Amino acid sequence: MNPKEEKVKIITEEFIENDEDAGVGRQKKTPKVARQKRKKRLPTTGPEEMVSENPHFNQQEPVQEDSDTRPLSMTSRRGPRSLPPIPSASRTGFAEFSMRERMREKLQAARSKAESTLLQEIPTPRPRRLQSPSEKELETEFGTEADEEVQRTQKEDDSQSYSRVKFCDSVRKIKPKPPVPPGFPSAEEAYNFFTFNFDPEPEESEEKPKAKNRDGTNQEEEEGEEEEPPVQEHKMDEEELLSAKDDEDFLLGLDHAAEDFVVVRPADYESVHVRLQMEKELLFVPSRLTVPTYKKLPENVQPRFLEDEGLYAGARPEVPRACQNIMENRLLTQEPGRKWFGDDGKILALPNPTKGFPSRPPVLTQEQDIKAELETLYKKAVKYVHRSQHMIGSGDPSGNFQLDIDISGLIFTHHPCFSREHVLAAKLAQLYDQHLARQQRNKAKFLTDKLQALRNAVQTELNPAKPHKSLDTTQKAINEYKSEIRQTRKLRDAEQEKDRTLLKTIIKVWKEMKSLREFQRFTNTPLKLVLRKEKVDQKTDEEAYEAEIQAEISELLEELMEEYERKMEGYRAAYQQWKAWKKAQRAKKKKKKQEHPDEEMEEPYPGEEPVKPVPPEPTDRALVEQQVRERAARSRRRPGEPTLVPELSLAGSVTPNEQCPRAEVLRREDVKRRSIYLKVIFNDKEVSRTDSRPLGADFRVHFGQIFNLQIFNWPESLMLQVYETIGHSGTTLLAEVFLPIPETTIVTGRAPIEEVEFSSNQHVTLDHEGVGSGVPFSFEADGSNQLILMTSGKVSNGVAWAIGENGIPLIPPLSQQNIGFRSALKRADAISSIGTSGLTDLKKLAKWAAESKLDPNDPNNAPLMQLISVATSGESYVPDFFRLEQLQQEFNFVSDEELNRSKRFRLLCLRSQEVPEFRNYKQIPAYDREIMEKVFQDYEKRLRDRNVIETKDHIDTHRAIVAKYLQQVRESVINRFLIAKHHFLLSDLIVEEEVPNISSEGSGILGLSLFKLAEQKRPLRPRRKGRKKVTAQNLSDGDIKVLVNIIRAYDIPVRKPTASKFQQPSRSSRTFSEKRAASPTAHSPTHSADYPLGQVLVRPFVEVSFQRTICHTTTAEGPNPSWNEELELPFRAPNGDYSTTSLQSVRDDVFINIFDEVLNDVLEDDHERGRGIHTHIERHWLGSVKIPFSTIYFQAKIDGTFKIDIPPVLLGYSKERNLMIERSFDSVRSLSEGSYITLFITIEPQLVPGESVREKFDSQEDEKLLQATEKFQTECALKFPHRQCLTTVTDISGKTVFVTRYLKPLNPPRELLDACPSSPQATAELVARYVSLIPFLPDTVSFAGICDMWSTSDQFLDLLAGDEEEHAVLLCNYFLSLGKKAWLMMGSAIPEGPTAYVLTREQSHYLIWNPCTGHFYGQFDTFCPLKSVGCLIGPDNIWFNIQRYDSPLRINFDVTKPKLWKSFFSRSLPYPGLSSVQPEELIYQRTDKAAAAELQDRIEKILKEKIMDWRPRHLTRWNRYCTSALRHFLPVLERSQGEDIEDDHRAELLKQLGDYRFSGFPLHMPYSELKPLTEAVYSTGVHNIDVPNVEFALAVYIHPYPKNVLSVWIYVASLIRNR
Amino acid sequence: MAAAGPSVFLLMVNGQVESAQFPEYDDLYCKYCFVYGQDWAPTALPLASVSRVDGGAGAEEGPWTVTRTEERRQHGDKGLEEGISQITSKSQDVRRALVWNFPIDVTFKSTNPYGWPQIVLSVYGPDVFGNDVVRGYGAVHVPFSPGRHKRTVPMFVPESTSKLQKFTSWFMGRRPEYTDPKVVAQGEGREVTRVRSQGFVTLLFNVVTKDMRKLGYDTGPPDTQGASGPSPPQGLPP
Repeated sequence: MNPKEEKVKIITEEFIENDEDAGVGRQKKTPKVARQKRKKRLPTTGPEEMVSENPHFNQQEPVQEDSDTRPLSMTSRRGPRSLPPIPSASRTGFAEFSMRERMREKLQAARSKAESTLLQEIPTPRPRRLQSPSEKELETEFGTEADEEVQRTQKEDDSQSYSRVKFCDSVRKIKPKPPVPPGFPSAEEAYNFFTFNFDPEPEESEEKPKAKNRDGTNQEEEEGEEEEPPVQEHKMDEEELLSAKDDEDFLLGLDHAAEDFVVVRPADYESVHVRLQMEKELLFVPSRLTVPTYKKLPENVQPRFLEDEGLYAGARPEVPRACQNIMENRLLTQEPGRKWFGDDGKILALPNPTKGFPSRPPVLTQEQDIKAELETLYKKAVKYVHRSQHMIGSGDPSGNFQLDIDISGLIFTHHPCFSREHVLAAKLAQLYDQHLARQQRNKAKFLTDKLQALRNAVQTELNPAKPHKSLDTTQKAINEYKSEIRQTRKLRDAEQEKDRTLLKTIIKVWKEMKSLREFQRFTNTPLKLVLRKEKVDQKTDEEAYEAEIQAEISELLEELMEEYERKMEGYRAAYQQWKAWKKAQRAKKKKKKQEHPDEEMEEPYPGEEPVKPVPPEPTDRALVEQQVRERAARSRRRPGEPTLVPELSLAGSVTPNEQCPRAEVLRREDVKRRSIYLKVIFNDKEVSRTDSRPLGADFRVHFGQIFNLQIFNWPESLMLQVYETIGHSGTTLLAEVFLPIPETTIVTGRAPIEEVEFSSNQHVTLDHEGVGSGVPFSFEADGSNQLILMTSGKVSNGVAWAIGENGIPLIPPLSQQNIGFRSALKRADAISSIGTSGLTDLKKLAKWAAESKLDPNDPNNAPLMQLISVATSGESYVPDFFRLEQLQQEFNFVSDEELNRSKRFRLLCLRSQEVPEFRNYKQIPAYDREIMEKVFQDYEKRLRDRNVIETKDHIDTHRAIVAKYLQQVRESVINRFLIAKHHFLLSDLIVEEEVPNISSEGSGILGLSLFKLAEQKRPLRPRRKGRKKVTAQNLSDGDIKVLVNIIRAYDIPVRKPTASKFQQPSRSSRTFSEKRAASPTAHSPTHSADYPLGQVLVRPFVEVSFQRTICHTTTAEGPNPSWNEELELPFRAPNGDYSTTSLQSVRDDVFINIFDEVLNDVLEDDHERGRGIHTHIERHWLGSVKIPFSTIYFQAKIDGTFKIDIPPVLLGYSKERNLMIERSFDSVRSLSEGSYITLFITIEPQLVPGESVREKFDSQEDEKLLQATEKFQTECALKFPHRQCLTTVTDISGKTVFVTRYLKPLNPPRELLDACPSSPQATAELVARYVSLIPFLPDTVSFAGICDMWSTSDQFLDLLAGDEEEHAVLLCNYFLSLGKKAWLMMGSAIPEGPTAYVLTREQSHYLIWNPCTGHFYGQFDTFCPLKSVGCLIGPDNIWFNIQRYDSPLRINFDVTKPKLWKSFFSRSLPYPGLSSVQPEELIYQRTDKAAAAELQDRIEKILKEKIMDWRPRHLTRWNRYCTSALRHFLPVLERSQGEDIEDDHRAELLKQLGDYRFSGFPLHMPYSELKPLTEAVYSTGVHNIDVPNVEFALAVYIHPYPKNVLSVWIYVASLIRNR
Repeated sequence: MAAAGPSVFLLMVNGQVESAQFPEYDDLYCKYCFVYGQDWAPTALPLASVSRVDGGAGAEEGPWTVTRTEERRQHGDKGLEEGISQITSKSQDVRRALVWNFPIDVTFKSTNPYGWPQIVLSVYGPDVFGNDVVRGYGAVHVPFSPGRHKRTVPMFVPESTSKLQKFTSWFMGRRPEYTDPKVVAQGEGREVTRVRSQGFVTLLFNVVTKDMRKLGYDTGPPDTQGASGPSPPQGLPP
């Protein structure tokens, strides 16, 4: 054994051990690690061995793979056994090889054993490694050996079972005899060492490793068993068994068990062919070949094509041919396969359902961040337009048309390279072609036949067999025939002559050619002319010839005779004339001679002298015959002469190059170098070109190409350019060929191939045999008879329109064509061909349809066809008018009148128009009959009344007019804002956090919110949160309640003891000076003694009425009662509309009335008194507070103490304070006169008040000023966000106006000034009273949902309605005109909320005026309703309050101090001198006193009726006496403005009505309408007294002020007679 | 009036808000309400029978029934006109569905198909900070024809107006919301908003109509609208 191998063995062994050690040591490691290590180590050994061995054990692995994780010792055992004969061979190369082989086996065995043990320990990752690709590669590398191995193993499979036994034995044998070398620690190691390394015997070397390996395995097993058994569970059951057994076997030294279970076989392999064979049996692979049609159809059935029969067949979906074939083949093999095929032998298919164009909606990309320079510019696609009229209309759906140009070939009729022979040949060919063409037409024959027929006709005409015909007609016909005959004969003769000359020329050219060929001794062209003689029967021919000549002669003679006759006629006539003339001449001459001998000269016209006519010569037959024969001989075949039929053939042979002279060879070569191509030029643009084809020797080029031109526009021109390329040099344009644009009827398939000639004017001279072009040349040797030929040729081509998929020719519509093309119309487009008007003319349309051969089965044409069929049937009536929407009639299911009559429809319409009455109409009934007529009554009435001024409701006409005007303004404004209402802002729809403000100044949202983040989500002690606001949309009746919390009242008037008939008058109100000083009034304590101690002074209770719902509190006692009760009143929105606009326009008031409950003992008999108490409850109205709902709505809550509106005269009550009782705090509380009530009012749930419309109004103000106002407002809002700052307002026409323009001194009515001229203060009060008498109407009510609107003072006075601003402006203007210093003061008050007051400056102090009530307060009056001051507005400036406090009590009104008041106009922005919007002067009309008196009576009457109405179950008696007394008293009240008269009045009344218990009061209010008056009377509850003997008194007084301002006094009283 | 034929038709809708697909969110709940036209009113189907039952029961059972009647009167016997569902978490299977199976049961009466009821859905769920934020709005008409209908409603939420607001709204957990979810059932004012798609909610409706045919409205297949006999069950619409 060679030492190298031994070495290898040792090393191998070593590393195997190593490996095992490693395996034992690191059992958790995957074998791959070990393996890699092995690989690394191997190269350190002899490289040669490495090469041979390393692959081997890789190669061996596939075998292992088969057995995977079985105990692999088996494999290793098998290896050696397979090689028994090999070791016995000599040590040749082969032996060495086999030796090596064995070594490898051994190695393999050892390794696999090691691996198997490893695998048993760590089995799972094993397979993965085995399949690593590198190994596979190696496997294939050594493919041959692998095969060998496979075969070997196959062989051994059979013998395995018994060989195993053998092997076991051998193992046993080996085991007992290990030599034990001394000095080695382990016997086993030593054993391994020796057995492996030093055993030269191959047998042993085979066996020993096994033993060793087995031992190794044993060791490992023993170690491994302790740790690893569970891992084996992952293996297959078989393996589990095996491993269990193996363990035993190994222990026993037996190895047989493995083989029992393991069958190692080679992988099943079948050759490709076998497998294909098998697959062929199993699988059916349909053929891809086309199935012949007959297979797909039933026997003996011809395919039937529906299209050909004119039926419509839709376009089939496109399926690749191969797929279709496969499908067809498949279907045919199936049983009922034929049913899938249609009549045409194709698979049945529905028309292609796919749309031809994508219908994907355009993608809208909204990229915001695209930089400007990167932005894509949109440019509209521009089609190539040759001329504008060729543009396709945009409405045209398909712009794709197709023109098919078929260029089949090109023939040169002359080419520079033509040799002389070619020239002749071309000529000959041309002549021959001509001949053929003539032959085909055979005109001579046709004319001969015609002549024959005519002659026959003449014969029959002359035949007397037809006597019935009149002679005239016959003669005429004969004459016509004869002239016809003559013409025909002439034509025939000409034709025959031409034929004959052509034939002669052909023969001549052919002869020339023959001579040329002979001369030049070669032939260039294969042309060969053969003249075929056709024998004719000499005799018949001659006879026919003669007959023909005879007939001709006779005809000619006849003709000549006729002519002779005619000439003779002419001659005779002329002769007669001449004779006459002669005679006359002679006579003349005689005469002349006799009379004027000198006048010989007189004969003026020598020409006139007629020549003596010559008589015509008679015709000579012989002469005629001679002529005829001559002509016949010239033009006709001689009789008996055979007919010559030339036949040109290409049968001749061309002389090959070798035999040609040099010049000719050159020419031929030159021809070969040339090639031709054509360019297709469409509308002056090259669209395609043909291939370049070499020029043939016969000067023909075949192209055979078809170009499909997809065109958009109507073809303007179509041209072919012929280019010639010579060799590799450049191309030359030979010629341009213009092709005609085909007619629209010419479609592909029907187009004939036409030849278009072309010629070129180029001059070419060639140095060879070619004749050149444009150069003279001659056939003659002497150069005479020169010819100049230009290059020319013919292009055979076909141009046609393509046919689209659906059979429609792809022709552009006619509209693109010039008008000149009109004739060529037969268009697919009806409109373009017959014009738009044609569409309405059905007959034209039908005609067009018939002409254009529309496919009637094409669904595209279906509607048209139907229309046409209707039209042509003649049944339909074609209207002679044009209608835009023809189908409208179809939708009119009822007539318009009927539709308008439908109440339901009307209701729906009105509702959708948001007409106020119907805006919220719910559940419109389904049927007309369920809609009550009265639904519309209100609406109709309103419409009717729009222009009619109705005076019934508005007793006084002026007010009616004003009301109407107001109504109209309101409507127009509301309409404007209804539109604006539908414009939404983001904030209307989406609740979003505002942009956070990092600066902690202001709200500092971010900081606050950050703080909030740390907050608990659901704190245990939640903080009070604001009430949830409810949007008004989803509310319904009953959801909203008005909560009124009545807390307490102060200074309620107390009853007066009835006993005292007279009281000392005391002033209940203070004088001006007192008010200003706010000093306590000195009350006279006179009457305090009158009150019996302990007697109830007053038992007040509060009744709240709202929308006619009444709630009241319990009764309290005393003049300073405390109720602390909450009353809940339901709220109903008008029409059930809870929208913001609707709520804003609610005009209902909350009345808070204070009553005194009086118990009257009704028992009349004293003796009954002991048994029961019978009392009667009376309630006496003491006063009221009125709060409009709109105020509550906008303020959300009203909280405060209000002054009770107590009538100036309250009979039976006094405001006397019992000093005795109230002494202690009287000094504090009685600062102000009047009674007060503390209230808290709110709405539950809280409603979101509507915002004013934020529409920016246009303005006539200066832009700078507007900017300044904005700046000013933002600055102010930043500092004091809650203080009202007003710079601009909206005027009545909706324009923004700077507020100071409203302030201007305006004159108050003259009479007010005259009333008390001495006292300016009294005048001021009077003016304030006048202003307060103008009715109050909040803007929000009149212009719902609209921001504040300011009307100018004259508008205000005309309208007689306005809110605080208007009142304040007017009052301020009056004060200004009175010379006071006055400002408009914007602030908030109770209960109005944001409002406008007037501030005036008296000498040393300021006064605050409430313009709506006319009251005024001192600056330090605590009961002043104005609670905060935002800004002051003067006629020329605005001052914003920047003081710390805003309560009027605590602020300084000195506007000159810039630290306290921020002024709008300052040094930086001086006052520009704005003109006022107010009029120059107010003009006051005196109110008609009579009208006022009349109104007064009417109001009184109406109120009386009302009171009676309110008492339906009781009798209402009117005490006239009292009424007249009251009426008398009211003007006094007016004069004194309700002050200072109570006691006088009382005294007077008592005087008059001594025996009545009297309870009553005067009500005072400005007059606007009747309704507030009745409401006010109603709210007092006077009518509620149901004592049987009650009497009433009612008096009305109207005091007219200028400008129709009316002050209304109503005195209501109830009287009960005392008994 | 009985002889004259019906003056209203009835539309009874029941079914459920079945499930939702919100790929990014979990633990959602949903609210629904109906938006309908002016001619529509939610109603209890047999008005007479309801009052009779209440009356009878009230006499028997005393205060409890009284309060219940009271309550019913307050709610107007409107059925489940609006509702708020439980919070549901995503299923663990591959569908990742959020199942509510939240019942819908409402009956409308109407005189006019105009303003046909729409169901408005709004889905809420916690964001990363645990704030309840809106995850989707959607609306769909109640199906017109009687039978069983399945509807999948795509949901969307309004977008913040700026990036900064987007961030702060995310941070604060106060995403932009509609002032009123019913906005999504209307067309007006939508042009000022920008929205983002979020997910889908699947609804199941069983629709029964009464007297529609008599009032001249033909909504269903002819055989199911017949006056006599119950309509055969329809398959699920595709």
